[in-house]
Amino acid sequence: MEFLEALADPAIPFLRYAFGAGILASLSFGIIGTYVVARRITYIAGAIAHCVLGGIGAGLYCQHKLGITWFGPLSGAIVAALLAAIIIGLVSLHANQREDTAIGALWAIGMAIGLLFIAKTPGYVEPMSYLFGNILLISKYDLWMVLVLDALVVGTATLFYHKFLAVCFDEEYARLRGVRTDLYYLLLLCLTALTVVLLVRVVGIVMVIALLTLPAAVASNFAKGLWQMMVLATLFCIGFIGSGLAISYNFDLPSGPTIIVIAGLVYLGTTGLRQFSSRKS
Amino acid sequence: MSAASTQETAVRIRDLDFAYNGTPILENVTLDIMARDSLCIVGPNGGGKTTLLKLILGLLKPNRGEIEVLGLPPEKSRLRIGYVPQYARYDPQFPVTVLDVVLMGRLDRIFCGAYAKADHEAAQAALTEMGLADLAGRLFAEISGGQRQRVLIARALAAEGELLILDEPTANIDAASEEQLFKLLTKLNERLTVMLVTHDVGFASKFFKSIVCVNRQVVLHPTSELTGELIRNMYGGDIRMIRHDHRCSPEGHCTHGIS
Repeated sequence: MEFLEALADPAIPFLRYAFGAGILASLSFGIIGTYVVARRITYIAGAIAHCVLGGIGAGLYCQHKLGITWFGPLSGAIVAALLAAIIIGLVSLHANQREDTAIGALWAIGMAIGLLFIAKTPGYVEPMSYLFGNILLISKYDLWMVLVLDALVVGTATLFYHKFLAVCFDEEYARLRGVRTDLYYLLLLCLTALTVVLLVRVVGIVMVIALLTLPAAVASNFAKGLWQMMVLATLFCIGFIGSGLAISYNFDLPSGPTIIVIAGLVYLGTTGLRQFSSRKS
Repeated sequence: MSAASTQETAVRIRDLDFAYNGTPILENVTLDIMARDSLCIVGPNGGGKTTLLKLILGLLKPNRGEIEVLGLPPEKSRLRIGYVPQYARYDPQFPVTVLDVVLMGRLDRIFCGAYAKADHEAAQAALTEMGLADLAGRLFAEISGGQRQRVLIARALAAEGELLILDEPTANIDAASEEQLFKLLTKLNERLTVMLVTHDVGFASKFFKSIVCVNRQVVLHPTSELTGELIRNMYGGDIRMIRHDHRCSPEGHCTHGIS
């Protein structure tokens, strides 16, 4: 097994870091992805993910142009993701009509701001790495960051499981049971934002949303209940990232797209099979 | 004094106006609903039935007038209301079990973490009362429409409120389920005030003690006064023409209750 040897190889630590980050982040992706799919807010999660580029651009600009060393692309990404989650969340709660148009506008503005910052950052910055992922960028420091964010997301999502379930399933009823649904909805979007940031380095901004929703969507074909769907989605996510990294290493392919193609094919395959079998029976 | 006058009022509305984006939906509503009454809210589509319900639940605020539910403002009393929305509005693919839906009736009792043993017992008891104990582990999406309806009633019962409010429960269910639903409601009415919105007036006389006609104006009639003429007028013409109810006079006082 070439890939397993490579994982142990001290000369290529980034592969180990990417693998570790992938396994850890799968927990958040399985749990939050399930909420996003069940609540049907993939579009909102997509907008948050794309706004992250604005933060990455601002981080790069601060670091290289202004010399603020402690505020880099990752800090920028976290701030931008949370900000986008709150703004988009408020828009989706309070916009009476054309919610999708407003969210589409924020989606594009977030990306555009990022590209403007990157254009004005001295030295050559390759936006492709951030848009489509580049595991060579992952450091040991990132792994710690993933661990901390992961703990935060998984902890909050587990602690308030029943609140989130009720808010996603039946917001009006949850409100009538005394739950501050707007607050929990915004909290859920903030957790989605943090989750998206976890794997931006591995699969990139454009494709991270697929990794958030596809494992949950595959899991929904088999799961009986939300809790089961989360466990299954986490396992599928680990499977997609693990096999994607292995294949990309063995065949010298970019890792992000490899992971997404595997996830997409499994999703289409299982959903197709399910359609076929339910039509037969 | 008659027994009715010593009864407590479940819902008390005075001189209420509600407009949506400048369009008046409800005007000058004065209404008293007695505890342990069973009443049916009828009226044409767009007449304001759902709006009246949402005002009672505190989901909407009146532009004018006051509303009291169980002696308190609606936002404060809503935890004592068992609300049953239309089951058809749920995402049919949402992965949630029957037990989890019923437990939502106890959501106000936990802040975080798991439900307590008492919550599980209340949910099980409500499921048993609705004849659904065997379905607890099933997916909400997998069961029939009539069963989903009863799951939502079980959820409302698990909340242990005093007032049960059902929004169009007779829509999209078959005749047998409907029959069963009204048997259940009759039983529940022994301990709860029951309010139900429907566009199907035929039921009103079978089960309900009172009928509330909503068409911008709101008028309450004891079911015994329900006649063919009343039903005809309910869906057209000026609702005030058929006002022969003594409980809600224009001055807003209750002279006597219903038998």
